[in-house]
Amino acid sequence: MEKEFDPKIVAFLCNWCSYAGADLAGVSRLQYPPNPEVIRVPCSGRVNPFYILRAIYEGIDGVWVSGCHPGDCHYQTGNYYARRRFYLIKNLLEFAGIDRERLNFSWVSASEAGKFAETAKKVTERVKKAGPIDKLVKERYLND
Amino acid sequence: MTEKIREIARRLLENGEVELVIGFEKGTIPLKSRPVFIEKPEEVEKLIWDGFCENNLATYLRRYRGRKVGIVAKGCDSRAIVNLIVEGQLNREDVYIIGVPCTGMYDRRKMIRDGKEEPSEDYLFLNCKTCPYPTPVLYDELAGEEVSPRDRDYSDVETIEKMSSDERWEWFQREFSRCIRCYACREACPMCFCEFCFVDENRPEWVEGGIHPSDLGFWNLGRAFHLAGRCVECGACERACPMELPLMVLNRKMVKDVKEIFDYEAGVSLDEKPVLGTFNPEDREDFIL
Repeated sequence: MEKEFDPKIVAFLCNWCSYAGADLAGVSRLQYPPNPEVIRVPCSGRVNPFYILRAIYEGIDGVWVSGCHPGDCHYQTGNYYARRRFYLIKNLLEFAGIDRERLNFSWVSASEAGKFAETAKKVTERVKKAGPIDKLVKERYLND
Repeated sequence: MTEKIREIARRLLENGEVELVIGFEKGTIPLKSRPVFIEKPEEVEKLIWDGFCENNLATYLRRYRGRKVGIVAKGCDSRAIVNLIVEGQLNREDVYIIGVPCTGMYDRRKMIRDGKEEPSEDYLFLNCKTCPYPTPVLYDELAGEEVSPRDRDYSDVETIEKMSSDERWEWFQREFSRCIRCYACREACPMCFCEFCFVDENRPEWVEGGIHPSDLGFWNLGRAFHLAGRCVECGACERACPMELPLMVLNRKMVKDVKEIFDYEAGVSLDEKPVLGTFNPEDREDFIL
């Protein structure tokens, strides 16, 4: 029997909103897929767009970046700068043929546990649809 | 035009207004002019202007920071200078810009392939054919009559945008797997001025060495992204590329998006902040889940 595809997803969550949102989702015992592996970052503005490139290069099936809603950034403006960068890197990667379903961006606040669980489901579905990563990835990373 | 450039350069050097004039001289191979650095008034006869002055001379300016330099600048060179000033790499007072209204540069390699010796409209570089700023945007003196802007045309980018993602990937692989990672594009680019390029970094190491297609993809996408919102579409990278990669397609994609999404053009105004160095709370965010 063929095993269902179980995507590897990297989630960059900002410390102040989305990570706290994930925490609340856990404390509230909400169900969501275990695929996103969380990396806690100080701010969505800390996410170098090259992290996204590098994740794909290392064989991650999908990337998810989430931060505070615009206007709510703990550092006032970090997510505004990030928003511009993400728009462009997303368009560039899509232009080179990386499937759009692999590149996910969202705003989740510390109180939005429900939204966090919903988005985690949505991102996992999207990446499942795109299938195992076969572009830009270096084969030798795929073994583990 | 050549005479006018020489006249201005001679005056600047004789009066001591600048220490050096950067311009073009006749190259040693046909259909190619090359950059020249003139320090003495008697050398100005070397300077020329023709349809093969394809380098972007703004690339050299950072090497002479703090010295007064005169530079022969066509439309795209002047945009690069503006961008260097905006990004704090150059002082406006240090450069004397001899603006040259440009009617476009001709693709030497294509002409040689077709056995042509006389330039014609068909052999203009694509970015010259669609140049919105042929007359320099910033200059101290103009060495000719203004040239009217040409229509922008991003049909090359749009053709690829219309493909499916697999077709785009196939295109990207086909074109960019020829890359030999000589970094000539980086050296020719006036905006690639990082003291330490991401591709050379090894702690953390972004890209591994070698010419594995993934490494070539990472390098070329990374390069294009670092030029997003900064590229002035001079095409110097593509002309410098020994493997004739379509580098400008990636750059033009970013230029097009920056214009569409943030309504910004690089190197046009000294008062505007670089597009990724600023933000607007009302920015489009239709890509957010």
